[in-house]
Amino acid sequence: MYSEKVMEHFMNPRNVGEIPDADGIGMEGNPLCGDVMKIYIKVKDGRITDAKFRTFGCGAAIAVSSMVTEMVKGKTIDEALELSKETVASALDGLPAQKMHCSNLGADALRKAIEDYRQKQEES
Amino acid sequence: METIYLDHMSTNPLNLEVLSAMMPYFKEDFGNPLSTHPIGAKAKEAVENARADVASLIGAKPNEIIFTSSGAEANNLALRGIALARQNQGRHIIVSKIEHHSVLNSARFLEKSGFAVTYLPTDKYGIVDPKTLQKAITKETILISIIHASPEVGTIEPIAELAKIARQNNIIFHTDAVASAGNIPVDVQEFGVDLLSLSAHQFYGPKGAGALYLREGIRIVPLIYGGIQEGGRRAGTENVPAIVGMGKAAELTKKYMDKRIDHIKPLRDKLIAHISKIDNVYLTGHPTERLPGHTSFVVEYIEGESVLLLLASRGIYAASGSACTSKALRASPVLLSLGIPANLAQGSVIFTLGEGTTEQAIDYLIDIFPQIVARLREISPYREGWGEKEVKHV
Repeated sequence: MYSEKVMEHFMNPRNVGEIPDADGIGMEGNPLCGDVMKIYIKVKDGRITDAKFRTFGCGAAIAVSSMVTEMVKGKTIDEALELSKETVASALDGLPAQKMHCSNLGADALRKAIEDYRQKQEES
Repeated sequence: METIYLDHMSTNPLNLEVLSAMMPYFKEDFGNPLSTHPIGAKAKEAVENARADVASLIGAKPNEIIFTSSGAEANNLALRGIALARQNQGRHIIVSKIEHHSVLNSARFLEKSGFAVTYLPTDKYGIVDPKTLQKAITKETILISIIHASPEVGTIEPIAELAKIARQNNIIFHTDAVASAGNIPVDVQEFGVDLLSLSAHQFYGPKGAGALYLREGIRIVPLIYGGIQEGGRRAGTENVPAIVGMGKAAELTKKYMDKRIDHIKPLRDKLIAHISKIDNVYLTGHPTERLPGHTSFVVEYIEGESVLLLLASRGIYAASGSACTSKALRASPVLLSLGIPANLAQGSVIFTLGEGTTEQAIDYLIDIFPQIVARLREISPYREGWGEKEVKHV
């Protein structure tokens, strides 16, 4: 049911964990109905230098989290904001139709982490 | 890698003796049981022998067995057939909240068609309290349908007690025994039920073969109109090989059931004892009143589908009632109706044992399962506990 790439990221997820002094943290989803992803980003000179995640959810949710954190590293904030559910899914060679919305939370969680980062910037 | 199949509640491999019994009816003995020539007569005889074997497995008379295509069809026929046959006497039906979809969705269909339906709650183990049933009965009640054993949590209902209440109130009682018939003793006389559904692939028979027991003298409206097959109660040329297979499987099951139970029950208990020891892992369903090969758990802070994927990567095939595992993307209504919070129901894992399950396989599972749980909890944002918004306890 899953592509080889999804399985590979699920079996060997990259960037699992937390960033203690993260510049932005975003959380998306709800454990009552499915998946939850929490993403941590480190930003330097407008570029994302590190990203980590923790995810509660199915194989797709974990693979998406792993892929998003990989894709986003080295990107500027503006480039990172261009990441969409579709680009993440195609980087994983596709996701089953019913997983496209509930498990594909990476881009949304990332956007929330960036919002969090921007808010902290304004406050400081 | 060795494959360890622990999903026997979903289906079972066909017994080879059953397969051999079926084979001639695909080829040389291909007749239509309605034909009067010898080839037809031979098929007719095979169907009637199978009927006697299935009847004997559940303590019924042969003429009380209606062959169907599945357990689901038997459940549909029971609910819709009895409701339509008795609607002049009342239009109220009682089912439990932990019925199989084929009963629940039939009940919902009847609700849309103008019947009133009461969905009985259970206790936290999934047991329907006979007193709750008694209270739900009205003058309008014409049918009560309560599952004998839950395929999701393994709980066995006090079916004789429940059926007795129906009988005292002159109400027809049906039980869905698909998960139990063939796995534990099922006797329609002892239970005092009027209708009972069963399915062949639950006891090593073929898929596509089910049956409904209908007590002699009770009228039912068919789902399928046509010829006079099954006494006019289920039209369509009989699936002779499948019916023969169901008969053979019933015959063998009657012989070997005790042995099968003696084999899998200690393995079940060993598995439950070890898995329940892992932190924040809970057994679902009743601890003792449960099917002999059935174990089911919820694992806190992780999700069932990812557990199944990691198990499969180690050769173990199991099931889950989590939202992500279901095609409908909703957590199992059975788990929720037992009072298990939705976030916890996401961590559902079901291991069901069969006659081929070995002690080595169970030991291997006991060995690797804690590693799988630890690995997924390491990834989980809830590994140190649920957030403030989520319900924390079973």
